Amino acid sequence: MKVIVTATAPELEAEVDPRFGRGAYFVVVDTDTLKWQAHQNQGVNAAGGAGSQAAQFAAQQGVEAVISGDFGPNAYIALAAAEIKMYLLGPSKTVWEAVASFTAGKLEQVHAPTGTGHHGGREA
Amino acid sequence: MKIAVASGKGGTGKTTVATSLALSLAMGEPDQPVPPPPAFLDCDVEGPNAHLFLAPIFERRQDVAIQIPRVDAAKCTACGRCAEVCQYHAIVVLGKRTLVFSQLCHGCGSCTLVCPEGAISEEPHAIGALEAGPAVRGIPFARGVLNVGEPMATPAIRQLKQWAISASGAQGSVVILDVPPGTSCPVVEAVRGADYLLLVTEPTPFGLHDLRLAAEVAVELGIPAGVIINRDGIGDAGVDAFCAAAGLPVLLRIPFERAIAEGIAQGRTLVDIHPEYASRFSTLYQQIVGQVISLSRAGG
Repeated sequence: MKVIVTATAPELEAEVDPRFGRGAYFVVVDTDTLKWQAHQNQGVNAAGGAGSQAAQFAAQQGVEAVISGDFGPNAYIALAAAEIKMYLLGPSKTVWEAVASFTAGKLEQVHAPTGTGHHGGREA
Repeated sequence: MKIAVASGKGGTGKTTVATSLALSLAMGEPDQPVPPPPAFLDCDVEGPNAHLFLAPIFERRQDVAIQIPRVDAAKCTACGRCAEVCQYHAIVVLGKRTLVFSQLCHGCGSCTLVCPEGAISEEPHAIGALEAGPAVRGIPFARGVLNVGEPMATPAIRQLKQWAISASGAQGSVVILDVPPGTSCPVVEAVRGADYLLLVTEPTPFGLHDLRLAAEVAVELGIPAGVIINRDGIGDAGVDAFCAAAGLPVLLRIPFERAIAEGIAQGRTLVDIHPEYASRFSTLYQQIVGQVISLSRAGG
């Protein structure tokens, strides 16, 4: 299956980015084939709607899960509507570590927004 | 003649200046017939406070609403055209579902227009209220108040300006706009269309930093501007140096004075605390008129 890990650089060895909506890069990884591709996040400097935009990107990529550090209220609602599961990075430091921990079932799934969001939205 | 009183930095004295400018125009010159009072628009919809000084009695009220899209899921084919056109990512297509984030929506109507299935209808979402009525000295007063929790001031300010010009019943031709602090969208909306921009600042590095931004807004919008230095005597000469270099006239200095601060805190206006300010603001108004006329002659 395909998952997204938010990263600070477009590499498998890159340090993970703890933000979902405003993470620098989305690294899409196929956990079965281990093929991967990094995409620059277009919403990094958006005044608002970064979370909903990022969720839409994830849905377009056809991923089943996203792994990041923080899911704001808009991102949460959108990802939940798209039936994409959300997981926290935990102690993972690199994209590769996060994927490995995910495959081993070690990552915690979230069932509510982890943050209050920033520009463009009210508290959920 | 529409005069917008703005600042950049908050708390510099916009309302202090705007209310006293309006009052001194309403009082008129000694030994002259009293002119029709100027209209006053409190455009700081997130935190209006001019009513504390001008004591309006509100007689007219109107809700402010923006049109939020609603998607008919039965008609929606998840084609994504709406999401493509939305500049604010307020409508997104996720798989087969189309979600609307109403708090991100700016009410522009683009999604509704482009939907090829006609699946989007618009419904009004109340974000605040407009109020108008006569204030002291017969000043026609209008303001907007945003509902607590609403993130967008700009539509309320736009609707206030459209409504107030007709509802205020102003017979005089002068409108004083008390603008929100800052230099972003709500300020641009409030200031747009003004004939003159009065920038109230304080002579400190903070005041200067935000004055520079506000002066840029004036240049971008092509509106002539002048500066009032409030709390003159504190801080440094940076603001004066900037104004000289930028060609911004310093039209008035209000000294840093405890009596003024105390009076304002009690809800008294500057012209009430120090009556000599009435003639100082009258003179300031004449300078503004002179500047606007000479600029329009030079440009025309």
